[in-house]
This record gives sequence, C-alpha cells and structure tokens, in this order.
Amino acid sequence: MDLSFTPDEIAFRDEVRAFLAAKLPEHLSDKVRNGHRLTKQDMEEWHAILSARGWLAASWPKKWGGAEWTAIQRHIFEEECYAAGAPRIMPFGVNMLGPVLMKYGSEEQKAHYLPRILDGTDWWCQGYSEPGAGSDLASLKTSAVRDDDHYVVNGQKTWTTFAQYADWMFCLVRTSNEGKPQQGISFLLIDMTSPGIDVRPIVTLDGGHEVNEVFFDDVRVPVANRVGQENAGWTYAKYLLTHERTGIAGVGLSTEALAQLKRIAARQKKRGRPLAEDPYFAARVARVEIDLAAMRTTNLRALQAAASGAPPGAESSMLKIKGTVIRQEINDLARRALGLYALPFASEALEAGHNVTLVGPDYANPIASQYFNNRKLSIFGGSNEIQKNIISKIVLGL
Amino acid sequence: MDFTHTEDRRMLADMAGRFIRERYDIETRHKIAGMPLGFDREMWNQFAELGLIGALFGDQSGGFGGAGFDIAVLFEELGRGLVVEPFLATLLAGRLIADLGNDTQQALLGDIIAGRALVAFAHGEADSHYDLGHVSTTARRVGEGWIVNGHKAVVLNGDAADRIVVSARISGDTCDKRGIALFLLDPSAKGIDRRGYGTVDGYHACDITFTKVALGDGDLLGAAGEAFDAIERVTGLAALAVCAEALGAMQVATEMTLEYLKTRTQFGVPIGRFQVLQHRMAEMLIEIEQVRSAVINAAGHMEAPRSVREWHVSAAKNLVGRAGRLVAEETIQMHGGIGMTWEYALPHFAKRIVMIDHLFGDEDHHLERIVQFGAGA
Repeated sequence: MDLSFTPDEIAFRDEVRAFLAAKLPEHLSDKVRNGHRLTKQDMEEWHAILSARGWLAASWPKKWGGAEWTAIQRHIFEEECYAAGAPRIMPFGVNMLGPVLMKYGSEEQKAHYLPRILDGTDWWCQGYSEPGAGSDLASLKTSAVRDDDHYVVNGQKTWTTFAQYADWMFCLVRTSNEGKPQQGISFLLIDMTSPGIDVRPIVTLDGGHEVNEVFFDDVRVPVANRVGQENAGWTYAKYLLTHERTGIAGVGLSTEALAQLKRIAARQKKRGRPLAEDPYFAARVARVEIDLAAMRTTNLRALQAAASGAPPGAESSMLKIKGTVIRQEINDLARRALGLYALPFASEALEAGHNVTLVGPDYANPIASQYFNNRKLSIFGGSNEIQKNIISKIVLGL
Repeated sequence: MDFTHTEDRRMLADMAGRFIRERYDIETRHKIAGMPLGFDREMWNQFAELGLIGALFGDQSGGFGGAGFDIAVLFEELGRGLVVEPFLATLLAGRLIADLGNDTQQALLGDIIAGRALVAFAHGEADSHYDLGHVSTTARRVGEGWIVNGHKAVVLNGDAADRIVVSARISGDTCDKRGIALFLLDPSAKGIDRRGYGTVDGYHACDITFTKVALGDGDLLGAAGEAFDAIERVTGLAALAVCAEALGAMQVATEMTLEYLKTRTQFGVPIGRFQVLQHRMAEMLIEIEQVRSAVINAAGHMEAPRSVREWHVSAAKNLVGRAGRLVAEETIQMHGGIGMTWEYALPHFAKRIVMIDHLFGDEDHHLERIVQFGAGA
C-alpha cells in the first residue's frame, strides 16, 4: 500500500503541467474559469492542440494514434487539466465510439473513422435516448428497415448533445421486433448531412442549448455503416456505456469546482466576515471535501483494479452515483454562497466578450445556472436510480 | 501508487480472520463479554501467541508491525468478530509507553506484547467532550513529588489494567494544550478508586477517581507539561483503529442483511425483490467503499506531517460516523422485528458501529476539526 505517486508518475505529472502551461491558450482557460460558454471552435481548438501532442485519445493504443496511458496516468492527466482550466474533451468520438470501433468495427471502419476522430474531421454525436426510451433504453423504437444495401431509418432521438455541431451520429436502431427488446437492436453510423434528418434544439432549464431532438424521415444509411452484426447492437452499446463511465467519478472536475467554491466563500461576506468562516457554511464545505477525498481514493482503487485485470463489477455505477452527488452538492454550495446575487442572470453574459453590465460579484452570473444545468448529472449516462439497479443486480444478486 | 497490501499484512489479516471465524462466534463473544472484567484472559493469551498484540507495535518496541496499515488490517478483522479483548486499551497506553517511556518503562512492553501485562489510558473526563486538551485532573508539585487529584471517565479496560497511563494538568487552564503531564502508575496505589462496568455495546470500561495520589518524578511518562502532541498522535492511531473496526463490522452487517433480503419472504416474494430495499442496499455499499477509502487515506498518512495526518484522521472518523449510523440503522430496519432481538447477531454489530462514534471524537467533533484545519489550525 503506497498512496504517493511513483517517481515515474510524478515525472509524468510534471510533463503534463509543463505542457498545459505552454500550450493551453489563455482565452480558453479564461472561459472555463469564468463559466463562459465554449463554442464549437473552442472545443475543436483544444482537441487539435491535444491531438498534435498525441494526447487526445488517452486510452487508445499507440497503433491507432492514442497515448496508451495507464489508468493512473489518465487520472493524473484529468486532474491536471481541470486544475489548469482546460476545456473538457468531447467524449463522443474519442471515448465512446472509438473503443467500440476498435473492438467491434471492421478493418475498413477502423481505418476510415479512427484517424478522422483524432484529426477533428468528424464531430460525433450519440443517438441513444428516445422520447419513449430513457432509462429503459432497450425499448427504443427508431426503426431501420433493410432495402437492398441500405437501411431506411425512421423515428426520433432526443437529448442528443451537440447534434447541432455533429457531422456523424452513432445510433441505436431497431432492426427486429423478435425476441427480447435487447435482441433486435443494431448499431449504425449515420451521416448527419443525409436527406431526411432534422435537428431541433431543446433549450434546457438554464436557458442553454446543448441538447437536441433529431428526427429521421426515410433516412438511407448504407449497410456498410453498420458496426458488427445485425441485431447485436445492444452488446456494443453496453460496452460503450462501460467505457463512458471510465472517469465517470469526475474527480478532477469536482476538485476544481471545490477550489472555486472556496474562492467564492472567501470573498463573500456574512456579518462582516468571510462566509468561509461561518461555522455552518464551513461545515457543509468540509463535509463534501471529506467525501471527495474518499472518492478520489475509491476512484484510484477502481482504476488500479481494472488495470490489473479485475473483471469490471459495479465500481463504475458506484463512482457515477457518488461522483455526481458530490459535484451537485458543490454546485449547490456555490449557489448558496452567493446569497442574493445568485438571482440576477444574463444568459448573454455567458458568452466571452459580452458587453452586458452585470450586477454583483464578477463570478456570480453563471453559478446558479451551472447548478441547474448540472442536475443533468444524476440523470444522464444511466440515471443514478438505474445505477442502483445495476449495483443490486451485479454485487448483491438481488 | 499501489493499493495492494504487503504479503505480511495479508498474512496478518488471514490469520486473525481465520482465528476469529473459527474461535470467536457470537455466542462465545456474549459469554466472554459477560465475564467479570468483560474479556477472557485465556483468549488474550491466544491472541498474544498469534502475534496480534505485537502487530500494534513497531520492531524497535519488540513488535511486528505498528504502522497505520498494520493497525487497519488487524482492527478490520477484530470488527468482523466484535472482539472485546483489550486491543484498543493496549494500543493507546502501549504506544504512549513506546513513544515516551524511559528504559525502565519501556521494559514493560515485552510483557504487554506477550499478553502478561495489561495497560490502559485514562484521559477523557466528564466534561471534555472529545477535546484532547481538556484535562482538569491536576498534578500538584509537592516537594520532590506530585499529588494527583481528579476523575477520569470511561477508561477502556481500566479496571483490568496492571499499569495505567493517566494525564494530569501541571499548569495552565483546563483546556490548554500546554501543561499536560502523563504518569505511568500502579492502580493499586493509595487514593485510586476504580469502578468497572459494561458498556451498551458489550465492551468494558471503568471510571477512576484519584484522591491525593502521591507520585514521584520516576512515575512521569515523558516530559512534564509536554504530553499533548503524543496524546494527539496516539488518539489518531486509536481513531484509525476504530474506523477500521467499524469497516469490518459494517461489512458483516450488510452481508447479514443481504442474506436476509434473499431469504425472507413477504407478499409471496423474497423482500430483496423490492426496489426500495435494493436501492438502500446499494447506497450502503457505496458508503462502505467510501469508508474503506477513508481508512486507507488515514492509515497511509500516519507518518505524514501533523496537519495532513490529522486531516485524514478526522475525515475518516467523520465519514465513519455518518456511514456507520446509516448502516446500523438501515440494517436493523431492513431486518424488521428480528433486528431488534438480542438473540440475533446483527443488532450487536449495529450497536458497536454506532458506539464507535462515541470513541475518540464523534462525527461533529471531527467535522469541526476539518473546518479548523481549513482555516489554518
């Protein structure tokens, strides 16, 4: 048992720090730190910087242009990135589709799509949820009917993050109604410029536009764009979901959010003293800090177990639940810390370079909005209730 | 970074775990807890022979362990068996003697590790409420010696002890960190009155009254007036120990509850089929993983600088307080009426888990410390 990083790991951390200091553009870290919205160009800029260094695809094998890092290295990289205010890496191509293609895709698909993920040619979105298929994902109805060497896709996806930017969608479709619902699902790669696709924005409770509805009206998709076998898509989707949860604990994000919370609490005042000195408020902060310190170790333990070949159990579900609860708690405390000035809100002021005259402290505008936006954390990626079902099935055998 | 235990520690855990499973079932435990001093001297000797007492001490003290992870590994197993023998008392007083003792005092360690000598630490008082600096028991300098007056509360296994380490104030106000002395004394000395009793969770302690107890400089343990740091350090070790003990007990409580959910039938199905119970089990499992991580953090920082070490001790103890109450109350609730009976083992685990919050600072006390560390204390 040794809780300190090895000399190699420390050297790696220093290398990451030096890279971030030299290469992370200030206009990006400023936006992240100030809670401003990132544009598509911002995200692509950061991806390109990482890609140029060979660090965009942390877990991919070197053969495909990945960094092939250990789990601990990925953890270090993530912590350092968030501490430096780096934008989040968009997971759809790199962390979700990439691993599925590597495991189940044809050689042609790998050779074609993987390099385009790395060089930023293709922006991917995820076509999973439907209006009638949320937590019960296997009940999805969007149909794909075979017509010679094409599928004809009809139906609707929803909650599709950044579909408005996407060139491609990896999509779960129903190709059979025989047997259990899980048995009739296929995994298609769909060109978002195909005729018959209509993307409509969903404005979320914070006033932001990240998610969309996507409608399919007789959209023709070549059979060659199917990943793996027909009707075996559920297996690939499950594989993807386990990959989606690598790093799901969000330790780096929460660590940075907690640091921000402390900065705010040090500047806010109550009875003429910093709010950070108020015993009731300080106790709430202390409690979440205790939980985060324990979860950081829980996460590292799970990473090491996975790296040493232990079969994946319910760790990712546990980390998803605890990680999201902790982050939502930090968001809640940041909102509380502002007192009255949590109320005023100007959506336009979330754009960098805005010319809105804000009232209150300069950090206040996005805080309540972030709290509301992050209610999504316990809903998406398999709601926390679904995760508890998984835990009781896998670990408890109930 | 490496989260696997050394071969030696795995062997320690295996050996202790096997012995407790085979020789320390709940009936045996109840019988032992009912003995006059609340533990079994014969069992203690067997623990000594297995080297489990030695695991509390470093090799410079004649032991075979003594590091944070040795203590964590051992106490997790003790928690799985609700072992009532005086491991905690031995850890507290023994490590103070090892830390501060002169050659004569250190000579006692051999007998302690062999199970021949029993020691206890008398520190907490009626009004101290976990504040380690609170000492109202006084040691007054009279000529070449000291006169001790005061009262010590809930001294673990104090009535069985052959030697007692007691804290007393030689200067300053009641809560000052400076001015505390430790004495290592023979409790049969004139003016010492011990009143033993059982505790609600099946352990044993005593209250001790000191009335004009005459001691000499030779009875001092360490430098007079400078004992606080050593008291804080050994209390941190003991807090780690009970956190690990709680971890062991919490695992048993959830294992028993899981078994019950699978076998107890209501409305024609095993009650484990009900989602409301499944989700509550899942929540407990998550908290237990958190506790395991916090115990690892505390154990791994035992040799770190004071502020880091104590932060992790308090983090673990706070988390154990919260998670422990959750597990104790939920496992009883999910068992229903059977969870309320003396005959069934579960409630005895639940009682221990809850009462651990009353040892070495509860959830609130340690949350307050975390707040103070944040403010630079």
